[in-house]
Amino acid sequence: MVRVPLIASFTTETTPGGTAMTDRYQQLVNTPIGKLVTKQIGLPQPVRLERYRPGQPVISGPVLFGGAGGSDGARLAPAVTKILAGVGAEVLTPMDEDVRAAAAKAKLDAGVFNPDAAPADQRFKALVFDASGIDSSEELVRAWEFFHPSIRRVMPSGRVIILGTPPEDAGTPEAAIAQRALEGLERAIGKELKRGATSQLIYVRPKAENQLESTLRFFLSPRSAFVSGQVVRIGAGAAPHGRIDWQSPLNGKVALVTGAARGIGAAIAEVLARDGAHVVGLDVPPMADELADVVGRFGGSSLTVDITDEGAPAGIAGHLLGEHEGVDVVVHNAGITRDKTMGRMSEDQWRKVIAINLTAPQRITDELLSREGIRRNGRIVGVSSISGIAGNAGQTNYSTSKAGVIGFVQTRAAELAKQGITINAVAPGFIETKMTAAMPIALREAGRRMNSVSQGGLPIDVAETIAWMAAPASAGVNGNIVRVCGQSLLGA
Amino acid sequence: MANKIALGQIDCAVAGGVDTTSDAPLALNEDLRDVLLELNRTKSNTGRLRTLARLRPQQLVPEIPRNAEPRTGLSMGEHAAIMARDWGIGRQEQDELAVTSHHRLAAAYDTGWMDDLVTPFLGLERDQNLRPDSTVEKLAKLKPVFGGPDGTMTAGNSTPLSDGASAVLLASEDWAREHDIPIQAYITEAQTAAVDHVHKREGLLMAPAYAMPTMLARAGARLEDFDFYEIHEAFAAQVLCTLKAWEDPVFCSERLGLDQPLGSIDRDKLNVHGGSLGAGHPFGATGGRIVASLAKALHESGSGRGLISICAAGGLGVTAIMEAA
Repeated sequence: MVRVPLIASFTTETTPGGTAMTDRYQQLVNTPIGKLVTKQIGLPQPVRLERYRPGQPVISGPVLFGGAGGSDGARLAPAVTKILAGVGAEVLTPMDEDVRAAAAKAKLDAGVFNPDAAPADQRFKALVFDASGIDSSEELVRAWEFFHPSIRRVMPSGRVIILGTPPEDAGTPEAAIAQRALEGLERAIGKELKRGATSQLIYVRPKAENQLESTLRFFLSPRSAFVSGQVVRIGAGAAPHGRIDWQSPLNGKVALVTGAARGIGAAIAEVLARDGAHVVGLDVPPMADELADVVGRFGGSSLTVDITDEGAPAGIAGHLLGEHEGVDVVVHNAGITRDKTMGRMSEDQWRKVIAINLTAPQRITDELLSREGIRRNGRIVGVSSISGIAGNAGQTNYSTSKAGVIGFVQTRAAELAKQGITINAVAPGFIETKMTAAMPIALREAGRRMNSVSQGGLPIDVAETIAWMAAPASAGVNGNIVRVCGQSLLGA
Repeated sequence: MANKIALGQIDCAVAGGVDTTSDAPLALNEDLRDVLLELNRTKSNTGRLRTLARLRPQQLVPEIPRNAEPRTGLSMGEHAAIMARDWGIGRQEQDELAVTSHHRLAAAYDTGWMDDLVTPFLGLERDQNLRPDSTVEKLAKLKPVFGGPDGTMTAGNSTPLSDGASAVLLASEDWAREHDIPIQAYITEAQTAAVDHVHKREGLLMAPAYAMPTMLARAGARLEDFDFYEIHEAFAAQVLCTLKAWEDPVFCSERLGLDQPLGSIDRDKLNVHGGSLGAGHPFGATGGRIVASLAKALHESGSGRGLISICAAGGLGVTAIMEAA
């Protein structure tokens, strides 16, 4: 039997429950004198990111919502205003006929924002811009008109969300080009924003407007604290039926989390349990005690098995079908690193990393699918890494495996969609863990600061992103790779 | 009064009002008032002396008269500034409305249109407030007086408190014919409304916006069906807020309960002979001035309908429809 420590992403060990390793620089910057000194000499100014606490509202400040108009009108305005009304947000809009009409229809008592007359102290927690109506490069100026007077009004830990139509679904070549251009806008805004504010682009396919809610809620809320500069595609999916319990979206669901004994895996298990799921935590037999501790905290169950064993997939599927009549959410979190440069790497180091990080998720998924172990509206979530996107020296095996996870998602998405199952992956960047705490200071500081929020993320940030993908209301989220990296410069 | 006539309770009435701010009664200082009332209640002489000892020189400063709302302590101008902020009303559009008001009123005087509407008093033949040579450029130079340093409301686009008096004669058709008095116009509808500017944070001067759809529904008319519109210009911002509110799907749905916006008003039909921004705003006299002006305009055109919208202190508002005789 192979004995492997199970970890996720390119970090090796993390503290359970998402508690932060000490970032002394961040603590210093957030003292009055530290703030003064670091600002004077132009050092990064990491702020304490707002994070979600159960029961708190989706968004804690005013939202400015505007549309680009254009031939398509504000296609997403009806959906967006309905969602904003549902979360009880205070909303303002420009005096735009399409947007105001949509707000009225959604019973959203939206205030008016006139950039020419707005008081200097008017601030927004989020700017949401429906750019789906932009159908030519000239029309991109609508984005300037919206953001120019509003971008400096974004509050700390604020949100900028641009909504568009996937270029491949745009009606004309000119429209496709303009919609593709939004990616550059969104990423540049992410880099301009200060004080923990983030930027995203959400492409919503035509007729998938009713799938937007779980995604818009996630990106508006503090759950997406360390996600920035991302592009997400929303497609058609099973229509949300009945009343959605946004506090406990996974009520009655069963979730399998591999590598759940420690680190990011433990945080994922806890967050899925918080959202109402019965979590089956999986880890290797030597980790049994730690695993029992983790699942004991929220009343989950544990399964100890080495996922690289020949019979592991059958054993896992048998357990899930036998004990729970199947599974709703599968999170392939287990992973290891065996870092060496290619010339020094042994075959065993190569094989182990690929086997655990890439082959095992495929085998477990195949076994579950062939035995119909994943229930309708099921969710599969992989854990990639920015090493899989950017490549990392000394991690050829790991980078290969994590790029393979992206391939796994992209290859399976279309076929799984037919069965009402989605598959997505997160790609964590620098997450504060025991391992990163032990890194040489220069490397650690570079890793922490080289992103738009000038700090590392926490295991909970990865977990929250997975919880969004795993939610029943996220049926339209399929085939997405979402980085949890604070818009890291690596691989961007 | 019009309702009483319509009901047959009376056959004629003079409705009017007067207001003065140059000769306003001054109230005692609140502290001084306290002391004096206490003195009145005190029985013993020693007690009275003790009460009198509370007198202080600064209590001689009287209450400064101002049009503050008793429930909020804010002046009407500050309330209007909140409305301007809520509705995103810009400085320039306010100044443009103010200049139009001055120019139209000046033209009405110059062409002699006002001659039979105005009675000179103490040698004053035109509204003292009127500035015929007002321009947007000149108004742009004024400093904001309401809404803080980056407010949009100035002395130029807000009406000053001024002196004035007005009266109109209302009568039944029979009474008018008996006395051989020409009928200029009919009052056919009227509606009042009030808003909660304290708890629900509705704009203090938005009540006419609420009264209007109720009245129009009763009259079976649409907002754009009229030939003349008289919207009282307490502040340019308040007129613009009202116009925007009627055009806004959200306000009309959320606040007025309508399926679609109430509609727009053709600015060329709005306050065609000037409004309160040019004429000034003696609270008690403005209603009479507006009714008389509209009656004359309807009488001149020989047909058509006019719409009136007037906001008032305390979150009150009144709207009315007048038709040519």
